[in-house]
Amino acid sequence: MTRPMTQPMTQGTTVAIDKIVPGWSAPNRERARWLLERYPQRRSALMPLLYLAQLEHGHLTDEAQRQVAELTGLTAAQVLAVSSFYTMYKRDHVGRYLISVCTSISCYLLGGDDVLEAVEIQAGAHDGETSPDGLFTVEHVECLGACGGAPAVQVNYEMIEGVRPEKARGLCDWLRTASPQVVFGDEMQALFGGQRSFDWGPSETEGAIAPVPAFGPYGSVGGSS
Amino acid sequence: MTDFPRILTRLMTEHPSDSHTMARYEDSGGYQALRHGLAMAPADVAAVIKASNIRGRGGAGFPTGVKWGFLAPATPRYLVINGDESEPGTFKDRQLLERDPHALIEGVILSAYALGCNHAFIYIRGEYPKPARRVQHAVDDAYAAGYLGGDILGSGFDVEVTVHLGAGAYICGEETAMLNSLEGLRGEPRIKPPFPAVQGLYAKPTIVNNVETIANVPWMVRNGGGAYAAIGPQGSSGTRLFSLSGHVNRPGNYEIVMGMTWGEFIEDLGGGVRNGRALKTWIPGGASAPWFVPDEHLHLPVTIDDTGKAGSMLGSGAVVVMDETTNVVAAAHRMVRFFAHESCGLCTPCREGCDWLERMLWRILNGHGRPYDLEMLLDVCDNISPGLRWPPAQTTICPLGPSAVQPVRSILTWFRDEVEAMIGAGRGVEGALVG
Ligand SMILES: Cc1cc2nc3c(=O)[nH]c(=O)nc-3n(C[C@H](O)[C@H](O)[C@H](O)COP(=O)(O)O)c2cc1C
Ligand code: SF4
Ligand code: FES
Repeated sequence: MTRPMTQPMTQGTTVAIDKIVPGWSAPNRERARWLLERYPQRRSALMPLLYLAQLEHGHLTDEAQRQVAELTGLTAAQVLAVSSFYTMYKRDHVGRYLISVCTSISCYLLGGDDVLEAVEIQAGAHDGETSPDGLFTVEHVECLGACGGAPAVQVNYEMIEGVRPEKARGLCDWLRTASPQVVFGDEMQALFGGQRSFDWGPSETEGAIAPVPAFGPYGSVGGSS
Repeated sequence: MTDFPRILTRLMTEHPSDSHTMARYEDSGGYQALRHGLAMAPADVAAVIKASNIRGRGGAGFPTGVKWGFLAPATPRYLVINGDESEPGTFKDRQLLERDPHALIEGVILSAYALGCNHAFIYIRGEYPKPARRVQHAVDDAYAAGYLGGDILGSGFDVEVTVHLGAGAYICGEETAMLNSLEGLRGEPRIKPPFPAVQGLYAKPTIVNNVETIANVPWMVRNGGGAYAAIGPQGSSGTRLFSLSGHVNRPGNYEIVMGMTWGEFIEDLGGGVRNGRALKTWIPGGASAPWFVPDEHLHLPVTIDDTGKAGSMLGSGAVVVMDETTNVVAAAHRMVRFFAHESCGLCTPCREGCDWLERMLWRILNGHGRPYDLEMLLDVCDNISPGLRWPPAQTTICPLGPSAVQPVRSILTWFRDEVEAMIGAGRGVEGALVG
């Protein structure tokens, strides 16, 4: 009774994805289909589908949230209750590069606040805001799980550790001038990082193409793999 | 330190360039434990874990075998792996997920087999896309190799694995909040009982275990539970991955057996305090743990029970070191701010109390502290966690609120004079009550 790995795990009705999100790119509709099959109940696909919607529209528009509600069999209010709970769902416009600076305890002890200030100045956006040119959104965040490589910064959730204020300025300038389509953690670490939490091992071939975590089934993976 | 097997870090240390790949993992004996385990009866695999005496590495240190014993007979049952790792100071699971994902997956299959689960979820925090990618690739490879899916290695046992990304909420590390999150709900903890082992995901019996806990399972099945139990001191058996950060010369993750003293831990492993400065205080087990100070605690052994008896906990194994230059009020403020930000808001004492603590510490830091602030801080703490005992009493649905109390209690216990001096040095302006 060998089952193929692609057999749907979800019980219940099939979802008319093409009807509900006709505007989504073909690969994203395919991803939505796949995601809806990964859980015993459709509503469990809500979180990944919100990421997908965010990838599709740049941020979570009201319409996208209504569409995700339809995909998951929830009401728009149920979806809003969830999207407003989690900080990584952005219901307002986000810049092309989301720069998250950790200011939790271990990073604080090693100068995370100075890094945040450097980023704010160089990116031209205060904590929680987007720069007038729409390029950067800057935010301070709680612990990124990189405390051994404090202070830590993420660009579109790709990690850079051991960042000093002058390197943080360089990072902003580089993003502005080089304007990479895909941001790679290893590349940024080499250019602007320092002490790391642990040996990262082999270089990583995947990166982020948007301010959404670059995770295959949820969306934005770039580079050759 | 005596010699011990590097259960968690051997592969990544010996093969840094490809420890995460199927080829390397199999080449190093990977998935042999699975063959071995699938030839055993499920109950016998569970007995191995019970015999290992391992205590959960997610924070509470609850014996894994005992927890598994609570799993109710109803079906379907689920296994959920906790890779939310968001407690300030903790970064060990990230290394395991990135560098040795197959050890986790083999552990998941064996655990699911032992528990009679046919669907497992690996919940990884949203800020960990790279670890999640590595795990998803490993899952895909495991499916392709026939280790996941239907009729695994001809055993008739099926298991599916879904990798799920969080979205930036520390509270989803709490096991019942994680289950709500997986169900497409807000990540708010549930009132217990019922415990997840009885009514968990979709109200079905569910076991939630930490990444590190389960990554040990293949070794246990290969070498026997007794062999694991024999490593390290009683009550703290096995090796363990500690995350060391803050003002030390050599921050990082360290796989050790427990039992060394805190002095040895900070000096020998961490290379001592940076810049030749003196040690002021350290957090022995993540942001939720009460702080330790040199005079009282440096000679104590690093074990779960000794740390507990001394009024703190090893928690998630995150040690944060602060040197003599540290402003402890600022440090405590930073930690309370974390809890205030991450409170899910369900319980009034936590939602309001954490916010109050944060604002009062901020006020003291900015020279607006008042003499009665010390008592008021303690009073707010007492309202969140009555009696200010250890382990903390809880009027809230989950322990997050009581955790926020610990940094405040710690500075008022060990550095009260510094807090008083800061208030005395302030202008003592009577402004708004908070702010
Ligand atoms: C606020 C809060 C946050 C938690 N965060 C985590 C976490 O990030 N990772 C984790 O494994 N356990 C975390 N826990 C503990 C879990 O609730 C649960 O006890 C643990 O995952 C069980 O795994 P274990 O028995 O293998 O340790 C947290 C608990 C609380 C109260
Ligand atoms: S203690 Fe705080 S985080 Fe925990 S359930 Fe209550 S409000 Fe939520
Ligand atoms: S405190 Fe900054 S990464 Fe943990």
